[in-house]
Amino acid sequence: MLTVEVNHVVKSFADKVVVNDLSFSVAQGETFGLIGPNGAGKTTTIRMMMDIIKPDSGDVAILGEKLREATKNKLGYLPEERGLYKKLGVLDSIVYLASLKGVDRHSAEEKADELLKQTGMLPHKGKKIEELSRGIGQIIQFIVSIIHDPKLVVLDEPFAGLDPVNTELLKGMLLDLRNQGKSLILSTHQMNEIEELCDRILMINHGRSVLYGNLDEIKSRYRSNSVLLEFEGELGEVPGLTEKRTHKGYVELALDGNTTPQQVLERLVSRGIVINRFEVATPPLNEIFLRVVGKNHE
Amino acid sequence: MTIVVPLIVLLLIGVSQLISGIARPTVEAMTIGYVDELGGFQQYTSQGNTTLVRFDTPDDATEALVNGDINEYFVIPSDYISTGVINRYTLEKQLAASPAVTSAINNFLLSNLLAGKVPEATIARIEAPLNLVSTRLTETGAVAPEQGGYGNLIIPFVFGILLALSIIFSSTYLLQGLGEEKENRLIEILLSSVSARQLLTGKVLGIGVAGLVQVAVWAISAPLLLNLASSSIGGFTSAIQLPPNFIVLAVVYFILGYLLFSVISASIGAVSSNSREGQQLIGIFTIPALIPLWFMSLIMFFPDNPIWVVLTIFPLSAPVEVITRLGVSVIPAWQLVASIAVLVLTIIGVLLLTIRIFRTYLLMYGKRPGIGEVLRSLRSG
Repeated sequence: MLTVEVNHVVKSFADKVVVNDLSFSVAQGETFGLIGPNGAGKTTTIRMMMDIIKPDSGDVAILGEKLREATKNKLGYLPEERGLYKKLGVLDSIVYLASLKGVDRHSAEEKADELLKQTGMLPHKGKKIEELSRGIGQIIQFIVSIIHDPKLVVLDEPFAGLDPVNTELLKGMLLDLRNQGKSLILSTHQMNEIEELCDRILMINHGRSVLYGNLDEIKSRYRSNSVLLEFEGELGEVPGLTEKRTHKGYVELALDGNTTPQQVLERLVSRGIVINRFEVATPPLNEIFLRVVGKNHE
Repeated sequence: MTIVVPLIVLLLIGVSQLISGIARPTVEAMTIGYVDELGGFQQYTSQGNTTLVRFDTPDDATEALVNGDINEYFVIPSDYISTGVINRYTLEKQLAASPAVTSAINNFLLSNLLAGKVPEATIARIEAPLNLVSTRLTETGAVAPEQGGYGNLIIPFVFGILLALSIIFSSTYLLQGLGEEKENRLIEILLSSVSARQLLTGKVLGIGVAGLVQVAVWAISAPLLLNLASSSIGGFTSAIQLPPNFIVLAVVYFILGYLLFSVISASIGAVSSNSREGQQLIGIFTIPALIPLWFMSLIMFFPDNPIWVVLTIFPLSAPVEVITRLGVSVIPAWQLVASIAVLVLTIIGVLLLTIRIFRTYLLMYGKRPGIGEVLRSLRSG
C-alpha cells in the first residue's frame, strides 16, 4: 500500500507559484528523502501533506484516503520551525501533545518514559522546556512526533542544529522506525544523511520535480564512468584512461568510452599492483544536487 | 487576577474605613461670631453644632478670632436688607465657606428675619421646603416592585466594570496564548494534530469557561465584600435592588460580548507576528467596550440621550452599555432585540472571516500582512 500519494499538486501564495504540478508517492516501510535548495517548496509540500494548508489544485492521499482528522492521529510530524511551550515541563509537553493525537494520559506517560530512557533524556524529564538546550529540545520534539506510534513520520530538517552525538542518536532511532515498518519522509538539504538513510528521493527546485526515484539508480545514472583506487607501488601507464586525478590517499581514474572498470581492474592485477580499494565512483548526492539545481538555475 | 480583584476590593474597603475613621471627628462644635450693624438679629444663636456669638464691634470680633475664642465671624451691614451682602472673616485659607457654615449662617439670618412675622413651623418649612419622596408606578397605576434610585445603580455599574475587565482580560489571554504558540512555532504541530476550526473553537471555549469562572468568583465574593463595606457605607447596601431582567441579560451579554471579543482576538492573533503587536491592535477594539464606563455619569444624568441607543446597538460597546444602562433606565425591548441581533450577526460574521484568515496567517511568522493583503486573501481564500 502507498502511504503517501501526491497527485499534480499546485500551490501558490500571492501570485507566486510555490509548488508546481508535483506528484510523488511513498510506499509503506520506505524511507523517502525530499531534497531541494532553500525555497524550493519542500516545507509547503509537507504542510499540504499534513493538511495544514490546502493545495490550490491536485490531491493528496495519506494512508490510502483523503486526510481527515482521524488520519492525523496516524501521522507524526516534526516541523522545521519548532518549539514547545516554554513554561511547561518536558513530560507534560509530551503528554499534552500526545493527547491531541488521541493517546490517553496513562499510555502517553508510559511511552514517554520508554522513549526518554531510550534517548537518554530521562534526566531532563522533570525540567521545563526553557531549561533545555536546543538540541535536547529537538530530541524531545522528535519524541512528540513518534509517541503515538504513527504509521508515517514526516521530519523537516531533523538534523539541523544537532551535535554529532545527537545526530547519531536520531539516526539510530530512525533506523529503528524503519525496521518497525514505518514510512519515513526526511526533508533536508544535508545530502549525506539522505544518502545514508533513504531508499528513494524526490528532488525539487522552484516547486517542480527535477529528480525522482530510487537513490541507487539515480546515482548510477549520474555515474561519471571513473574508478577510485587506493594502491601500493607504482601505477605507471594504464591503457583506456582519459585522465588520472590524484586525491589525498587515492587516485581517481577516468575511463574512456570503450573501457569498463572490470578491464581496468584486470590490467592492474596483472601488473602485480597491491590494491587496497577499488571502487566504481558514483558521484555523491551533493554533486548530483549541484549539477541538477545548477543546470536548472541557468 | 481571579482572586486578586476581590483582594484589592477588600484592601480598598480597609483603607476607606481607616480614612473615614480618621476623618470622622470633623463634626465638632463651632463658634461663629457676628456683628449686627443692622439690628434685630438676637435669636436662634444655636444652629445644630454651631453656636453664634454676638460682638458689638468688628474690632472686638477680630480680637476674639485672633485669640482663638471663635472660629470665624461675619458682619451684617446696615444696608443688608437691600444688598444681601454679608462680610465674612476667617483665618483659614479656603475656596469658600463650608456647607455647614453656610447653612448655619443662612438659617440664622432666615429665622431672625422671619421671627414674629410667621409661625415657627412655617420658618422650619421655609428653611427646608422640599423633602422629595418618589414612588414609581406601573402602567396600571400600582406601585412598581422596582423603585429605582442609587441602590439599583450600584450592581449594574459594578458589573459593567467587571464585564469590561473580564472581556478584556480573556481576550488578551487568548491573544497571548496564540502569540506564544506562534512565536514558539508550536502552531504547526497543533495544526498537524487538529484542524484550524477545532483549535479556534477549543481556545474560545476554554478561555471563555475560565473567564466565566472568574466572573463567578467575583460575583460570589461581591455580596460578602458589600456586607463588609456596608459597615462603613452605612445602610446603603441594604437598599440594593436588582433590575428584574438583570441576571438574564448580564449572562447573555457576558457570553455574547466574550464571544465577539474572543473571535476578534483570534483573528488579530492570527495576523499579528507576536503577542505584543497583537495587544496594540486589540486596543482599537477594546476602547469602544470601555466607552460606556467613561460616560457612566452622563448616562446617569441624561438617560434618554439618543447616543446611548447607538452605543446599545453598536456591537463592540453593546455588552457594557446595556449592563450600565439597566441600572439607570428601562431599555425598550426593541433596542435589546436589535442589540442582541446585531451582536450575534457580528459574531457570526467575524467568526467566518476568522476561520478563513486563521489558517493562512497563523503560519506566516515574518511580517504582519497589510489590510489590503488580508482582504485579498479573504476574497481568494
